[in-house]
Amino acid sequence: MTQPRELPIAGNGDVVLVRQHVRKVAVEVGLSLVDQTKVVTAASELARNALVHAGGGRVRIEIVHNGVRQGLRLAFSDEGPGIPDVQQALTEGWSTGNGLGLGLSGSRRLMDEFELVSEPGEGTVITVTKWAR
Amino acid sequence: MDRVPILKLGDILIVTIQIDLEDQSVLALQEDLADTVVATGARGLIIDITAVEIVDSFIGRMLSTIASVARMLDAQTVVVGMRPAVAITLVELGLSLGGVRTALNLEKGVALLDHVWDRARR
Amino acid sequence: MTISTTAAQRRIEDLLGSHEAQTLKRWQEISETPADELRELFLALRAAVGEGDFSDVRGLLADFSRSRARLGLPPAQTSRAVFGLKEAVYELVEADGDPEALRGYIWFSKLVDDLGLFTFETYSAAREKIIRDQAEQLLELSTPVVKLWEGIVAVPLIGTLDSARTQVVMEKLLQMLVETGSEHAVIDITGVPAVDTEVAQHLLKTVAAARLMGAECSISGISPQIAHTIVTLGIEFGDIVTKATLADALSHALQRSGVELRRESSARIAVKAERA
Repeated sequence: MTQPRELPIAGNGDVVLVRQHVRKVAVEVGLSLVDQTKVVTAASELARNALVHAGGGRVRIEIVHNGVRQGLRLAFSDEGPGIPDVQQALTEGWSTGNGLGLGLSGSRRLMDEFELVSEPGEGTVITVTKWAR
Repeated sequence: MDRVPILKLGDILIVTIQIDLEDQSVLALQEDLADTVVATGARGLIIDITAVEIVDSFIGRMLSTIASVARMLDAQTVVVGMRPAVAITLVELGLSLGGVRTALNLEKGVALLDHVWDRARR
Repeated sequence: MTISTTAAQRRIEDLLGSHEAQTLKRWQEISETPADELRELFLALRAAVGEGDFSDVRGLLADFSRSRARLGLPPAQTSRAVFGLKEAVYELVEADGDPEALRGYIWFSKLVDDLGLFTFETYSAAREKIIRDQAEQLLELSTPVVKLWEGIVAVPLIGTLDSARTQVVMEKLLQMLVETGSEHAVIDITGVPAVDTEVAQHLLKTVAAARLMGAECSISGISPQIAHTIVTLGIEFGDIVTKATLADALSHALQRSGVELRRESSARIAVKAERA
């Protein structure tokens, strides 16, 4: 079984590497093709988020268990400016960057669990999980 | 950085995305396509994403932008070959690819362009 | 302590070795399990008591409980089969009367308890897997995608729709569009008694996903009750094509793909395809 792994997110190329590694682990966890695609897409959004809003960060990728179910957990962390108003950031279409404002709200819909911890000036940690059906 | 080749077939430009593109390559493709439409006077543009495993909001926005830019340059854009898993994910993400025509495969994409041109002529 | 435990263990090992046939017979009587199933287990266990490595025993026990779960034998009988060995060995130790053997028996009893628990765990895991597999098979069975015409596919949905099933249908239908190159799909819900918000959302998402792929999807067979529910729930169907019957939906799809339907005077329906 793949050990938990931490990947840096420092440039555009890293976003691609994160996608590829997340895909590999999603297959190992036994996610359906559609769920694999959802997880990889969410990972891509969140990795780009860390890059655009915090100038970079890292992601921890691990396999988690809940009884007989297996899941994939991704924790994106950065030391960026943080998110002053989490509620607002999760609102569809709300964006500070030049995106469509779908990054956070969209990723939340693509995953089973979504947790956002942020302190202004301290950075942000976003933890998302998808369980195999 | 990887650059995506653009093929020309009569009035139509065909782009097949084969690899996992990084954002810079996506932006480069966007520019290359606009330049090529102008340089060749193409009236149709087909983007084949049969091999693409994920479309996130960045690539989705690129597709919409290309379609809008091409329309200003008098070319119609068709995105073909989107996989079911990708389509389901895009819907869940909340991306509708407004203004982008789609077809199941390359052949149907060409037929769609013919159809659109036909209607325009009438 | 370690030394005396080992001595006690060796005593048990000796007893098991010297009274093989007798113990096996008693075990078989107590547990009401065929001897051939127990013999291999017994031999592996005897060897394991000597070597201290129980991986072989666990492997055999796992097979044992899995095959019983598959046969549908009750879990109590399965664990009793293992626990029965305690009684058989106790009789042996009692007859022997050696205090060392008695000390060994306490150790052995705990060992059998552990093995019994392991058996039960494997048994329920196997049962759970069977249930999961069956649920999956049911899901597959209950969602056929049929071809109505060249370029038109349909899914007739029957029974209560839950979120998981609707999702499976959605994926299967979209996959079918790709495989058959069909540009039209019909989801027929004539046989669906009711829909809730979540299911209605899934249907809407399917239609949206089909559009993204370059296909059109209509929904047919909406009963008055379901139409009422959908309106009451405030779900927007927007510009999605909905038809009362599957026939209407088919006729709509045919029309859209350029097929012209004409009823001749002899009341036979002739179909003339005009490919654009």
